[in-house]
Amino acid sequence: MTASDPRPIGEDDLHAFVDGRLDPGRRAGVEAWLAAHPEAAARVAADREVRDRLRARLAPVSEEPIPARLRIANLATPHRMRIPRWWTNAAAAAFLLALGGASGWVGRGAVPGPGAPVEPMTQAAVSAFRTYVVEAAHPVEVRADGSSDLVQWLAARLGRPVIVPDLRTQGFRLMGGRLLPAGDEPAAMLMYDDDRGTRLTLYSRAGPSGGRGVFRYARADDVAAFSWIDAGMSYVVTARTDEARLLRVAQAVDAQVSGQREGAR
Amino acid sequence: MDDLAVLIEPQIPALRRYATALLRQREAADDLVQDTLERAIRAWPQRREGDLRAWLFAILRNRYLEGVRRRRGIEVGVEALDTVTDAGTDPEAALGARDVLDGIAALPEEQRSVLLLVAVEDMSYAEVAAVLAVPVGTVMSRLSRARGRMRAFLDLAPTIVTGHLRRVK
Repeated sequence: MTASDPRPIGEDDLHAFVDGRLDPGRRAGVEAWLAAHPEAAARVAADREVRDRLRARLAPVSEEPIPARLRIANLATPHRMRIPRWWTNAAAAAFLLALGGASGWVGRGAVPGPGAPVEPMTQAAVSAFRTYVVEAAHPVEVRADGSSDLVQWLAARLGRPVIVPDLRTQGFRLMGGRLLPAGDEPAAMLMYDDDRGTRLTLYSRAGPSGGRGVFRYARADDVAAFSWIDAGMSYVVTARTDEARLLRVAQAVDAQVSGQREGAR
Repeated sequence: MDDLAVLIEPQIPALRRYATALLRQREAADDLVQDTLERAIRAWPQRREGDLRAWLFAILRNRYLEGVRRRRGIEVGVEALDTVTDAGTDPEAALGARDVLDGIAALPEEQRSVLLLVAVEDMSYAEVAAVLAVPVGTVMSRLSRARGRMRAFLDLAPTIVTGHLRRVK
């Protein structure tokens, strides 16, 4: 033991002892030393206590299933790898400005570079969501009794075809829609709800041109949003729901919008 | 892309655990992990051979520090991070005793990260040195200081241990 390893016991040995990082020979030497030094032994016992409590306290986090949004496939599918950097930066920055620290983590690795345009789309979508989902009497301008009226009305006002995704598979029925002021061309907001009264909005507007972006997740208090761009349009789905469900909605909307556009060609 | 998922996804539970210990808020922690993973995917082609786990944890910690600085609106020195508290709701309420995460939050970040990576993530001292980009000797001295402060925080100092050790397990 100490005979075979004549080096004196060091603080590093005591830490390695607490962390179970000593080889058996050295460990026996440290144990023998601690038996003769009760104060150091008490410190080591306390350090072990801290270690055990930290591990126990944090174990539930690592044992639970990981959120769907953290899957690599959901972060970057092959089509979605190439996106204009300024857009993701600007969208995140806009959200950051809008929320100003509503969440504990506001970095998200994105601030606009010098001269980068700030895209306030996600901010606008979340504001519109907050304004209109609480409306009992007039949450929408045009109700979706037969959705073709709504589609025609929106298309006429926007001067372009409008696709109204069917989200019944995801548990959401179309309530209706409204137009919102947004720069040169109005934005369209469709509202859906489910059997439990959870309301969800799909906000879309023209721009930026080109590109296909990743789903960007953002959260402000209890409101979650996924935003993305595709073929010259920007989209934001917003709801008070968990991110996994919202991501499924975003993916369904994306699939239907891009599918119908391809089909129309 | 599948290769990337196979390599990186096994690290996600541990990254979430570290992020949660740093931020105390689950949603914010997952935002931080998402940011880390996006950064890792972008940087993947430039990654040199080496310890993947240390690389990912280093990205997460750097993103965290950048976020802390940005939240304060100005560049701050490392010592200023000492006073940053990551207050948040406590999802798994501590059972009676002082929450060990409150003790962690009171540590300077550099000590907090060392203790978390050593004690919770089971990293070797060399691996922690790689994550923090400091010599192993610095890791050891930070570990000593962190453990000293945690003993005091939890009332587990030797004099008290011999009297009435509060067992909370």
